[in-house]
Amino acid sequence: MTAMIEAVGVHKFFGHLHVLKGVDLTVERGEVCVVLGPSGSGKSTLLRCVNELEQISAGRITVDGELMGLREVVKGGATVLHRRTDKDIARQRAKIGMVFQRFNLFPHMTALQNVMEAPVQVLGLTKAKARERALQELERVGLADRVDHYPGQLSGGQQQRVAIARALAMDPQLMLFDEPTSALDPELVGEVLAVMRELADSGMTMMVVTHEVGFAREVADQVVFMDEGEIVERGAPAQLIDTPRHQRTRDFFAKVL
Amino acid sequence: MQPQEIELIDARPVPRPGTWVAAVVVGLAALALGTSLVTNPNYRWDVVGQYLFDPRVVAGVGWTLVLTAASMVIGVVLAVTTAVMRMSTNPVLRAVAYAYIWFFRGTPIYTQLIFWGIIAILYPTITLGIPFGPELFSFDTQAVMDGFVAKGFLPALLGLGLNEGAYLSEIVRSGLNSIDRGQWEASTALGMKRSTTLRRIIIPQAMRVIVPPTGNETISMLKTTSLVTAVPFTLDLTFATQAIGNQSFLPVPLLLTAAIWYLLITSVLMVFQARIEAHYGKGFDPEHPKRLSRRQQSMLTARTAGDDPFLDVTP
Repeated sequence: MTAMIEAVGVHKFFGHLHVLKGVDLTVERGEVCVVLGPSGSGKSTLLRCVNELEQISAGRITVDGELMGLREVVKGGATVLHRRTDKDIARQRAKIGMVFQRFNLFPHMTALQNVMEAPVQVLGLTKAKARERALQELERVGLADRVDHYPGQLSGGQQQRVAIARALAMDPQLMLFDEPTSALDPELVGEVLAVMRELADSGMTMMVVTHEVGFAREVADQVVFMDEGEIVERGAPAQLIDTPRHQRTRDFFAKVL
Repeated sequence: MQPQEIELIDARPVPRPGTWVAAVVVGLAALALGTSLVTNPNYRWDVVGQYLFDPRVVAGVGWTLVLTAASMVIGVVLAVTTAVMRMSTNPVLRAVAYAYIWFFRGTPIYTQLIFWGIIAILYPTITLGIPFGPELFSFDTQAVMDGFVAKGFLPALLGLGLNEGAYLSEIVRSGLNSIDRGQWEASTALGMKRSTTLRRIIIPQAMRVIVPPTGNETISMLKTTSLVTAVPFTLDLTFATQAIGNQSFLPVPLLLTAAIWYLLITSVLMVFQARIEAHYGKGFDPEHPKRLSRRQQSMLTARTAGDDPFLDVTP
């Protein structure tokens, strides 16, 4: 079995800005990988490259053994890279759930409609089937009594849980979390982390960019520390957080802990 | 201390003579104008009354309404098409849409209407066929322009509709651009196609920004139809009243007749527009959130669709 995410030598430029400087990362199936690091370290960009929301400039990213956004075509003995079609990339993305810092729920739809939308439009499920599925997922995140509420009528924590249910309804193989608790009031962080912890326990492969060191310590299988577009070090949570090898890592934890 | 024991402040207000002077001057001017409306015999209100429901005038009102509605429909279709074209990744589509807007916003509607009136001089026949190959159909332009519904109707409709499409296109585009990028990202991450995202996620939210100025445009269009005399189209309200006025040597009361009808229709349209704006959440009143649907309230709280104060609207 191949790893779920395999990033090799990934570089990303925004114009002249070198945001990712040769990142290598492997996330095994069923593994929870938490990426820590100061703002501007490139950790969100790396996450967004995994589902092709950003195109990488160099290197390769494979998810579930498939090159993201690109395909290799053998032509006269040589291997040539072709960009995938929009349709093909959409197919790849549909298997990867993503949760955003600012929730990005569809404000003109109820919680239930938010969760049903992609299964109906993308997977072609019938309304009835999608509804059943959506209700299950909303129940799983503890919002069975809020299905007919619009996002504007829900707290931040509830909105983020709807967003998680929306991603889960697509039956993803991999879940990406982009600072899922950073836009929340402190008292609402716990409920979202609880849902994520439960998801991790159920065996979901997760890549989480966060500032929640406590979550990393408890839930992560692998913690990665990034700074200035590079992975400085990686390891088991206890080792990396408590006994970091590198000075940059030590400085970071000295500030946040 | 009991409330009744409190001595409330009873102070003289600051005298503001300017307020009184302004009120008297403006009031007198308005009164003078008002009286002249009644006393000046040249207005010939009796003639206005006589012609207000004249069959030719009422027919003119009908044609004006038909022209307004039909050209707005053409305008909306063109506007959505060109707005989406301008957001396309295809540079040719972007350039063509931009050129259309540039030309039709950059030239006077009156000039465009004259141009549509004489289109048959430019293209005496319209031929559909394979370029440099066989012809499939061919028809006489003048005959088509005269034959559709009424003489001059088609060129008037094309003139008004194409012009309107260019203005509305900017409104639609700013509406689509007002939607938070996160909505695109969330839809994209879920594997939705661009067209699905537009149809299901972006356009429904953009309506809040698009609909109110479109109401304005409709009111504006009602009055712009008075320019179809340039084609010439001879059945609309302005042309009909002018024709009667010229025959009877009473131009003033017939101009008044037309003005009364325009005012009446715009007033009705304004009432509709106010309702639509309330529905789509503009002029949102936080004291009365219940006046909006839960859906609208939710969209407002989410702030995903921003209002664009720089909307370009025809005067």
